[in-house]
Amino acid sequence: MSDKIALTLFLIGLYGLIAKKNLIKKVMGLNILTSGIVLFFISLGYEKGLTAPIMEKGITDVVDPLPQALMLTTIVIGVCITALALSLIVRIYRRYSSLDVKILTGEGDE
Amino acid sequence: MWQVYALAILMIVGSLVAVHTRYLLSAVISLAVVGLALCVAFLYLQAPDCAITQIVVEVLALIILIRATGVERDMSEIKNRKEIFAYEAIGIFIIAFAFFAFRALSYLPEFGHPVMKVSQEYIRKGLEQTGAANLVTSVLLDFRAYDTLGEATVLFTAILGAIVVLREVGRKKK
Repeated sequence: MSDKIALTLFLIGLYGLIAKKNLIKKVMGLNILTSGIVLFFISLGYEKGLTAPIMEKGITDVVDPLPQALMLTTIVIGVCITALALSLIVRIYRRYSSLDVKILTGEGDE
Repeated sequence: MWQVYALAILMIVGSLVAVHTRYLLSAVISLAVVGLALCVAFLYLQAPDCAITQIVVEVLALIILIRATGVERDMSEIKNRKEIFAYEAIGIFIIAFAFFAFRALSYLPEFGHPVMKVSQEYIRKGLEQTGAANLVTSVLLDFRAYDTLGEATVLFTAILGAIVVLREVGRKKK
């Protein structure tokens, strides 16, 4: 069930990424999309009744540690993408004083 | 598991608000709500390491986004027929994508019954071979250490790119 929620988040992010005309909105869509992917992979490893993957005495059954390790990387890369994209956006705003894709491409003049 | 479903409703509503609202600052705040709900959901899904990373990253992303946004508004509107057609095309694409994605989801192992072929090895031998009680750490820093090296490289490159892009003073021409 949690994977369907993750897919819904992914689709909302994809919609924001494609349909919105404001550059910051596009970055936000990308952020939501990343959240969806991360939630999907974490829920792939989950099994009911098992504990977090920290081995102590008496603990034998733990959830899958591999997706969690991979998703740690994805979360950090996601914030890298956000930071780099936003620095480009700040530069664009200083140069053109607008973030609307229609104005930036010259379509808004018609 | 009802807590996860409550958090899921919060996340979906938050992301819809973040995508749709005209005020960019409130969109940023709703995005932070999504990220923090995701962090709590990780705790319920037994992933404490991801929850820690997510909360740090979310606070960082919130600061960066607020710094970049200011008090701007998203003033774009749908005006002519060409754009209405574009929106219809996007809607059809999203619906088709959702159809095939949900169909593909039914072929995966069901939620709560994971296939643990690869990680069975890590779980059995992780503690002896690496000495780390936390298995995520042992995967990240021992079994798959090159992944982490690549991640650090990407982080470094992103910071370098941001510094180069945001630099005020360029090189002087002779």
